[in-house]
Amino acid sequence: MSASTDRKPPRIGEQPAFRRALIATVLVVTAFFIVAPLIVIGMEAFSQGWAVYAAAISDADTRHAIMLTVVTALIAVPVNTAFGVAAAWAITKFDFWGRRLLLVVIEIPFSISPIVAGVAYLFVYGLQGLFGPLLQAHDIKILFALPGIVLASMFVTAPFVARELIPLMQAQGRDLEEAATSLGASGWRTFFSVTLPNIRWALLYGVVLCNARVMGEFGAVSVVSGNIRGQTNTMPLHIELLYHDYQTAGAFAVASILAVLAVVTLVAKVLLERQGAGRGGRHPALATPQPAMTAPKLATEKST
Amino acid sequence: MKISLDTVVKTFDTFRAVHGVSLEIESGELVALLGPSGSGKTTILRMVAGLEYADSGKIYFGAEDATDIPVRDRGVGFVFQHYALFPHMTVAENIAFGMKVSKVKRGKQEIAARVADLLRLVKLDGLGERFPSQISGGQRQRVALARALAVDPKVLLLDEPFGALDANVRRDLRRWLREIHDELGITTLFVTHDQEEALDLADRVVILKDGKIVQQGTPEEVCREPNSPFVMSFLGDTNRLPATVANGEARIGDATLPAPGVADGRAEVFLRPGDLDWAVEGSGVAAKILRVIDHPGGRRLLVAPKDGGALELDVAPEIRARAGDEGYVAVRRGRVFAA
Repeated sequence: MSASTDRKPPRIGEQPAFRRALIATVLVVTAFFIVAPLIVIGMEAFSQGWAVYAAAISDADTRHAIMLTVVTALIAVPVNTAFGVAAAWAITKFDFWGRRLLLVVIEIPFSISPIVAGVAYLFVYGLQGLFGPLLQAHDIKILFALPGIVLASMFVTAPFVARELIPLMQAQGRDLEEAATSLGASGWRTFFSVTLPNIRWALLYGVVLCNARVMGEFGAVSVVSGNIRGQTNTMPLHIELLYHDYQTAGAFAVASILAVLAVVTLVAKVLLERQGAGRGGRHPALATPQPAMTAPKLATEKST
Repeated sequence: MKISLDTVVKTFDTFRAVHGVSLEIESGELVALLGPSGSGKTTILRMVAGLEYADSGKIYFGAEDATDIPVRDRGVGFVFQHYALFPHMTVAENIAFGMKVSKVKRGKQEIAARVADLLRLVKLDGLGERFPSQISGGQRQRVALARALAVDPKVLLLDEPFGALDANVRRDLRRWLREIHDELGITTLFVTHDQEEALDLADRVVILKDGKIVQQGTPEEVCREPNSPFVMSFLGDTNRLPATVANGEARIGDATLPAPGVADGRAEVFLRPGDLDWAVEGSGVAAKILRVIDHPGGRRLLVAPKDGGALELDVAPEIRARAGDEGYVAVRRGRVFAA
């Protein structure tokens, strides 16, 4: 028998040459397209030393851009989270006319170029736009100001939370809510004691993704913000501006902040997936009405 | 609490699930809603619970019109087919949930004491700190029941309570549920598609087909006096044979069966495998054995009558029979329905 094992034909897809070639290709492509640029950001940011890096970060316009980005995220992310939960709840727990259509519409921001969204807002709220004259008459500034930036960011990131929750809540069905209600729980009580605990990891993951995208959004915001340095520039816009001003080190310094944010998002994603949610929630084994969650984790969760 | 349904109708988008069902369930009774899938039995149960609203008709709890009382205030205990235990809560927390959210305020110690009582009742002492994912299917079932009983429901409703369990656990749980029912005396309605389960457990069986009640009665009544070919064949294995009725008697081969109330002419005879006997010589339907299947309790013969068709009969273990043998099928009893 042992003699024959050497001559045993490899399983499908396991020929050594094929396996090595495939792994090598993927590694090389990943290194060149994903890892190398990230390393370059870090190296360029510090290429002229700490002092230049610190100066670039503490520049007044840069600080304003960071603040504006944070404020935008602080508004857009909670609003989109609430919207996402509401949309996922409505789509998965109720039957109503247009449910499927709503599912498709929610996904539009994923498939549309963000710049189209920006231009659309321009046509709706711009001076020559639909509500332009009305807004101007009441002295309400939407475009080239914070509201426009927030609206554009929200448009682009609207699907993130809903997209994470819908498959999970669909798999969970309505039984748990029905059980809670039949036991006498109110709507709010059911949501906070039964629905929310069962979607929390997927929800958190959606929020993290949404936040990363809000902070990094360039296209849509660039159209509606007007790019006014120190006033309506978010971090991505500020990076472009610095770059065009030949302030390479400054541009890379700000870019490094966004890159760090991306890495933090990824780490959070991995941690959340380990908690048995996120994209893992779509796995059929985990998407059963009673997800296989481990007890020790839940026990610590309760005590907090 | 007595439950009455008065011509209850429920229509879903595309089809009518329940067509004017009227039903009375006496206080303390254990009643089974039995029917094939799509017969509307679960919809009826959900309407009694208040999880669905009837399009028309009334549902009474005692003398009170409960038709429009929302599920939250209806005071029913509902056990879901897949238990619907809260996966992020322990067994004890699951059972305590109803008491915690209740409008009737209870102290922590009172709740803990009641949870302990209920755990004892469902024979799960010591498992209170486990999570639903850490216990077996049968145990989850019992937790679901304890959780439903914790809120002192006026009515206990169970949707396919044993559907997801394997055969041995199922039989044990059935007997046990009957004991709990007899101990608590709570009016109980359960849904099943398994006739054996319904007959085994219920005081009264309500048989449904296409959203209508076709027959209701004690297990004895529906077994001995099925009122239609559907009930006859749904309750157990049956053989169907064409026959002719004349003067209140049906003729099959050279055997006759009483057929009271069946008009003269063509009819169908329904025979249970146990209603038939096998003899090498004698009278009855001449037939040839195709196959013999042995069971612990006896033998089942698959035979081909000379006139065509096929019959299955259950005979005692000592009967000697082999494939290819010829003989006669004796008809001891059977039911005749007009064709």
